[in-house]
Amino acid sequence: MKKIIFPLKNEENIEKLKVGDEVLISGKILTARDHAHKKLVEIIKKEKKLPVDLKGALIYYAGPSPTPEGKIVGSIGPTTSKRMDRLTIPLLKFGLKATMGKGERSDEIVNLFKEYKVVYFITYGGCGAYLSQFVKEIKVLCFEELGPEAIYQLYIEDFPAIVGIDIYGNDFFKRKV
Amino acid sequence: MKSIYSEKIIEKIAEKIVEINYQLPEEVVNKIKEAYFKEKEKYSKNYLKIILENIKVAKENKIPICQDTGLTIVFVEIGINVRIEPGNYRNLDEIINKGIENGSKKGYLRSSVVSPIERVNTKTNTPGVIHYLLSEGDKFKITIISKGFGSENVSRTKMLNPSEGKEGIEEFIIETVKNAGSLPCPPIFVGVGIGGSFEKSAILSKYALTKIGENTEYREWEDKIIKRINDLKIGPGGFGGDITVLDLKIETFPTHIAGLPVSVNICCWAHRIGSFEI
Repeated sequence: MKKIIFPLKNEENIEKLKVGDEVLISGKILTARDHAHKKLVEIIKKEKKLPVDLKGALIYYAGPSPTPEGKIVGSIGPTTSKRMDRLTIPLLKFGLKATMGKGERSDEIVNLFKEYKVVYFITYGGCGAYLSQFVKEIKVLCFEELGPEAIYQLYIEDFPAIVGIDIYGNDFFKRKV
Repeated sequence: MKSIYSEKIIEKIAEKIVEINYQLPEEVVNKIKEAYFKEKEKYSKNYLKIILENIKVAKENKIPICQDTGLTIVFVEIGINVRIEPGNYRNLDEIINKGIENGSKKGYLRSSVVSPIERVNTKTNTPGVIHYLLSEGDKFKITIISKGFGSENVSRTKMLNPSEGKEGIEEFIIETVKNAGSLPCPPIFVGVGIGGSFEKSAILSKYALTKIGENTEYREWEDKIIKRINDLKIGPGGFGGDITVLDLKIETFPTHIAGLPVSVNICCWAHRIGSFEI
């Protein structure tokens, strides 16, 4: 099992990752889904400063359920990544290094991830209760008014995932079974 | 005449919506276990193992199975001899939505409901989508589905040409599941509504999802379609493998001589459903 830490400090660490590798992710990551992506893209279009630092960042496509009293976080599994494909493109030039969600992505994304050396991790759809065990801290970073669609910063430890798209243009969903 | 008080309905709905989000029905869990034993593909088998672990964690830690606690779909079967005592509420919709709101708050379910154009969150996880089925006697039964939208988004309706018949229906189902691919969190449940009108077929397809595990009129045909879907080898998570569908149910209604509406409603493996009677 390969281990990797975000924000990514050293690009060599993602050069080692190949499609199908099972990995454990640690460190600080961001959540963003449809609405937050739309807002980020609008900010980029207006040429204003982004409210979050995307350099070396991993964006997790997730919108957690509320944190129950006495717990660290609610249920926090991945949402469908494909909906974010088009909205991911403008973020690439800000140093985004990884995305995580569930399901396949477009060929365009596979090609762009190769060009920008970005990795896509697949994590386990519907398993928000299980995955919450690897989240040690959660706080809102911006767009709080969006509720579950806000951008959260998560501190995670050994969060399990599979390499879905590597920086060599390989797609897990197109591998031979 | 049977009188039912609004407070009782609110209390029962709130209770049920929390329960279904923490714990899947036994028949759903059994289907997943069966899939785990049958599946041979490495990644898919491991995913099914994690799914079973997730079900355990959710139940033990009292936390939603999935963060998408869904849009609440409610089927109300209400007998002709039932009278609802509304209290301070104007209608049964308000009563049911109050139950959804209370349960969502108490169970820490996600507020996933927004206005469709402006996308403003209602912050109450309401309104739910409520269907009323008039029934006999003093029956009062409520069935609730917490419907995730990863799978709802890949569901489809098509007005077939009547001459396309059974073959055309099968092709449309297969095409829909194939296009859905990895997106709806397979292995999936499939509800198929055939006949009626444009909207009737869609409601039937949702209603068919309430029949999972039951032995129904079209079992043989359903089994044949299940086999064809599994032959697509989409597999759990879309990772490849033998199990793409856990169950498929067909509901029908007479239709017009010129038409053949068909709806295919897809549900993820986390089919959160429950019912109660008062």
